[in-house]
Amino acid sequence: MSASPFRVERWTTASRASVVAVALLIAALALGPGYFSDNAIDKLTTLFVYVILATMWNALAGYAGLVSIGQQAFFGLGAYFAVRLADGGMPVYGALASAAALTGLVSWPLSYFMLRLRDGEFAIGMWVVAELFHLLVNLDPLIQGETGTSLVALNRYGAFARHAYTYWMALAGMSFLLLLLFALLRSRTGAGIQAIRDNEEAAASVGVEVARTKRLIFVLAALGAGLAGSLWLANAITFQPKTYFSPQWTAYMIFMALVGGLGTFEGALIGAVIFFAIEALFGAAGVWYLIGLGATALGFALFLPRGLWGWVEARYGLSLLPVGYRLRFKTHSSSPAQTPRLAAQPRRK
Amino acid sequence: MTWINQIIQGVLLGGYYALIACGLSFLFSVMRIINLAHGSLAVLAAYALFWLADRFGVSPILGLVAVLPAMAILGWLLQKTILERSARSGRLVPVLSTFGLAIVIDNLLFQAYGADTRSLAPFVGSLSYDSFDLSDDVSLGTLALITFVTAVAMLGGLQLFLTRTPLGRAIRATAEDPDTVGLLGINAGRVNAVAMSIAMVTVGVAGFFMAVRATFAPYAGAAQLLFAFESAVIGGVGSLWGTLIGGIVLGVAQSLGAQLHPQGFLIAGHLTFLAVVLARLTLAARGGRLRAWIGGAR
Repeated sequence: MSASPFRVERWTTASRASVVAVALLIAALALGPGYFSDNAIDKLTTLFVYVILATMWNALAGYAGLVSIGQQAFFGLGAYFAVRLADGGMPVYGALASAAALTGLVSWPLSYFMLRLRDGEFAIGMWVVAELFHLLVNLDPLIQGETGTSLVALNRYGAFARHAYTYWMALAGMSFLLLLLFALLRSRTGAGIQAIRDNEEAAASVGVEVARTKRLIFVLAALGAGLAGSLWLANAITFQPKTYFSPQWTAYMIFMALVGGLGTFEGALIGAVIFFAIEALFGAAGVWYLIGLGATALGFALFLPRGLWGWVEARYGLSLLPVGYRLRFKTHSSSPAQTPRLAAQPRRK
Repeated sequence: MTWINQIIQGVLLGGYYALIACGLSFLFSVMRIINLAHGSLAVLAAYALFWLADRFGVSPILGLVAVLPAMAILGWLLQKTILERSARSGRLVPVLSTFGLAIVIDNLLFQAYGADTRSLAPFVGSLSYDSFDLSDDVSLGTLALITFVTAVAMLGGLQLFLTRTPLGRAIRATAEDPDTVGLLGINAGRVNAVAMSIAMVTVGVAGFFMAVRATFAPYAGAAQLLFAFESAVIGGVGSLWGTLIGGIVLGVAQSLGAQLHPQGFLIAGHLTFLAVVLARLTLAARGGRLRAWIGGAR
């Protein structure tokens, strides 16, 4: 072993620095309500929700190989449960958090048969599930069909307190999910997840429990989408089933994950920030904005399926938030082109 | 008698679902691709027919003479520009690229025609509401019957084409193994493009019936995709006659659901789809265990 010309590397100076930078950034953002305007707080809350959506869809599609067109099922369910629980008398911020947990709980039995569907069948099958949830939620008298309702319990708080609490909750939720996913991907299970991403059959053959691992990611992604839905509700206050159960949410998730870099941890973060910027710049263009989003996603799928970060990673051998290992030659600090890598290079199936 | 009527109407509705599912199922069996822009392309064909009728006074039935070849060409182009390339990058990329395509088509239609709902019914005389009575409670719509007969004819025609013609055999061989057919002098890329063109012609026909029997709007594609997908899966993806049965099961379930509850139409359809998926998986698991048990006992 000692004669091996390679050494296994996980952390680099750059990655250590970037993890510290992310931690500092989150700490600085936590002080946000002290010095940001109400408008900026609202915008940042939106960005945090986008980061959650992008990261969770990326975990599902990029790592577990499960492309779902129906994540709006959980987004809508999260918001609906929050309305229901708050109406039942639960303190409103407790209701928002519990709604996410409940959504995760619902996804667990659902996973038992949805995960048996493959590829495209799973993708549209999830869409059917989302439509079904939408129709069932419409039956609830509290929701009044497509008319919808509002999270009136939030009126107990003044405007400033409400914005600040929602902001903190979004920041805490995002940080928690990012940390959880980062830790998960770096664990033994994470090695299994990345093996499944690269080749499911081969992963199973070396002892990865494919079904259990996929279920874990499916439930986590549902919980994340549920939290995003309940946070969106806290910001928007009104709940109209049609808005929350719209496939547009999944379109946004796909856009962010695909542009940032499918199957890379950094990619989803970058994708969310890019989407947030594009929306701020072109959102007012309405239909043409949506056409642009669809066309961009189509272009990336065809010509740059690993996204911007995937390209950077392949080109420069950079890894800022390392979830894999890499093999380097011991003798000289080789150029990135010469470093063979382990478990970080997604291979298309 | 109301129940019998609902079942008969459901069966006829199933004809329409089989019609729209036919192209989706065909494409899946040939290329293992589920085209998420399927519904949006049917809506696009409907708008093309509407445009011809509204602008130039061309009857939609005559309009098909222009629109169906146009759909075939569009299918060829889509295959060469989008599907072929995405299929090369793996099983998941076609899902993403066709979903992106659907968003582009839907929103372009919205940009061009706005949110108003349209229908081709005013352009086909009394066809959309003609009917004849079987008894006091049961009456059959002429259009629904024509739709059903068209579905059977189209599925039968496709079946004959696939089994009896050299091109059909080439398509089936390509579906089986695209690399090996190359050795036999078959150009897999061209065969797939032909298959996509054929699928798009069926989509054009489905778009015609969708637009004559009811109204449509720019974002109607998603619902059509789901109906097509549910019929195809219920019937067993890739099987043409199964698609007809799947469509009928979906249509009957929906029409019975509507009888039970005002909101029951769609809910019953989705529940039936999930129940069939669950049953199929359970049976597959049982079958596996049974085989293992027999194997162990031997």
